[in-house]
Amino acid sequence: MIRFSKLARVTAALTTPLTAEDFLALFNPVYSSRQLRGIVTRVAHETEDSATIYFRPGNGWHAHQAGQWARIGVELDGVRQWRSYSLSNAAGHDPAITVKDAGAVSHVLVRDTKPGDVLFLAPPQGDFVLPEHPRSLLMLTAGSGITPVMSMIRTLIPRRPDANVVLINSNSTPEKSLFREELDELADQFPNLTVRHWFTSARGRLQFTAKTIADLCPDWRTRAAYACGPEGFLNDAEELWEREAALEQARTVPNVTAGAEAEASRTGTLTIERFSTDLTAGAGHDGGLVTFEQSDREVQADGDTPLLDIGEDAGVLMPSGCRMGICHSCLVPLRAGQVRDLRSGELHNTPGQLIQTCVSAAAGPVNLDL
Amino acid sequence: MTTTVTRPGALAASGHPLVRPDAAKHLTDEQVEELGRELDAVRDDILAKRGATDAAYIRRVIKLQRSLEFAGRGTLLFSKYKPAWFAGTAMLSLAKILENMEIGHNVLHGQWDWMRDPDIHSTTWEWDFVTPARSWQHTHNDLHHRWTNVIGKDRDIGYNLLRMDPDQPWKPFNLGNPLYNAILAPVFEWGIALYDLEIPEYKEGLKSKEAMNRDLKAVGVKVVKQFSKDYAATPAVAMLTGSGKQALYGTLAANAIRNFWAHAVIFCGHFPDGTDTFTEEEVDGETRGDWYVRQMIGSANISGSRLMHFLTGNLSHQIEHHCFPDLPSNRYAEVAVRVREICTRYKLPYTTGPLPKQVGSTWAKIFKLALPPRKAKTATA
Repeated sequence: MIRFSKLARVTAALTTPLTAEDFLALFNPVYSSRQLRGIVTRVAHETEDSATIYFRPGNGWHAHQAGQWARIGVELDGVRQWRSYSLSNAAGHDPAITVKDAGAVSHVLVRDTKPGDVLFLAPPQGDFVLPEHPRSLLMLTAGSGITPVMSMIRTLIPRRPDANVVLINSNSTPEKSLFREELDELADQFPNLTVRHWFTSARGRLQFTAKTIADLCPDWRTRAAYACGPEGFLNDAEELWEREAALEQARTVPNVTAGAEAEASRTGTLTIERFSTDLTAGAGHDGGLVTFEQSDREVQADGDTPLLDIGEDAGVLMPSGCRMGICHSCLVPLRAGQVRDLRSGELHNTPGQLIQTCVSAAAGPVNLDL
Repeated sequence: MTTTVTRPGALAASGHPLVRPDAAKHLTDEQVEELGRELDAVRDDILAKRGATDAAYIRRVIKLQRSLEFAGRGTLLFSKYKPAWFAGTAMLSLAKILENMEIGHNVLHGQWDWMRDPDIHSTTWEWDFVTPARSWQHTHNDLHHRWTNVIGKDRDIGYNLLRMDPDQPWKPFNLGNPLYNAILAPVFEWGIALYDLEIPEYKEGLKSKEAMNRDLKAVGVKVVKQFSKDYAATPAVAMLTGSGKQALYGTLAANAIRNFWAHAVIFCGHFPDGTDTFTEEEVDGETRGDWYVRQMIGSANISGSRLMHFLTGNLSHQIEHHCFPDLPSNRYAEVAVRVREICTRYKLPYTTGPLPKQVGSTWAKIFKLALPPRKAKTATA
């Protein structure tokens, strides 16, 4: 590969403004270091509405840690769309994502992906990873929240006899429960894994009370806990751990000197992974708070003034051109939030999307990368 | 926000400019407003249809262009054999024409930004043309497309070199009009690179020294790369087969052919008979409908086959391109049917004609305006 990049530098004299890779891409689309791509190698259907997609990434990818996620891009009707998915297989293995059909992008991934397809990729990232030093763990998952935890279990259980993991896995029914058979097999085979299935169709929603959790895992307070699932599930888990920590604190306050002892008996940490970011979508012409991230400015904007004017009035160095939406000189990446195209009324809210600021107004809070 | 400056982004839907151009004098404010709505609807229809087939189209064109470029340059390496010289030069010329026109010009307009593909995007694209993409985007997308044919604002009327409108004052220098144009055609890309430096603006104090230095540096880097690719690296490799000199002639010819073609097509965009120019009074207070009117009566199309349209980068649909500069070029043909119908209904001129006629008409204007206006005409003007 080093030889290839040297060769590319020499051939650039012949290919400028393109690169040798642009021509090699005529033969193989994975030859691009500007855009990381992966070729789908296998698609395995898990439940009736989910599938695991294995892929071979091109240059620029790095091996994932168990529990990390990656951004995956696919084209829907000609438009590149990005979503984040947890990598579900063990660290050290070829990457794979397990996707549940729950939206436009995941629908295409689950239903239409076949070996040989090209996926656009961003390298793995995320802090929802195993602790550095082995200790006993409690995993709390709901629905497709099992995917990053599955990667952790697959990485840890077969290789580390000293590991000790209890998994509480909530799903509506056994049929909809991802990886159920594999989890049961692992639990049979390895004594260091205990799996507690919780089916909401039979037992109702999992209540996060000290009693319920203790019934499923008596020593839960001493374990490092990891939770991944829908917003409500995570909020409930957080509340329980906060309540316990507050009680703990109240008990230990009179006994400040016994610090080390208190530390040991204190409720373990809870690490959570959210997979839906809360987008406060403002509606209609209400406008919203516009944040210019790099310029460190915040302005309250109405819903009819172009963001370009808002930025300029706030003293932000805005790129600009025709000021009527034709020249695309004013493009700024959207970090988060939502804007409305003043011409068509169309709403845009994909992070990373380039916004024509001269014809776009705030439709709710907006974060711009400028 | 209390800003009261009228900005085109917020062009009023109703109202009227200080003076409405002659060709549109017969229209009432309400009619112009309705015309604006109709053209907005044309745009919305295309946006609703735009999708996977359009994305596949531009990728196909890019693939074709790169294959031609690869094969053309490759064949030139053996150009001491005459057939290889002709084939290589032809393929490279065609590749350069497609690269500049159907791909480069249109990608740099943001026509394909909606795909969100960072490799086919107006903010990342660089083209096989001496002028750096960013400089050209400023003079072309921002200035020319915004101020289309407004005397004193749109310097594309003659590119600071030619007298292209009777309202531009005559100077003895203009006697050389036809000569300058003949010299410009084969070296068109260098002319555009020079034009994009905006030297008159710099002299007039409208462009800062920092901006000038930045642009000079950018164009310098680009010149070195472009020049060495075609006139040093390619002939050097061809020397391995003893074809160095022939390869140099091949790349020179390919660039000249592309320059001639681009010059001819681009001069047919706003200069043929039937296109109007405008005064600043005619754009003061312009409504959305009036803006469309100015684009339509200030531009001219070239009629012809689908291949012709393809080779001009669909700039043969100049009228449609000026109304909707960021719609994908493969859609202009269907847009043209509707724009033409609207022009007919509103009794507005829709200038079009085959390439030889439009080129002839442009050259006739260049010759005519080389001479000073006749006394009688200046008296009435």
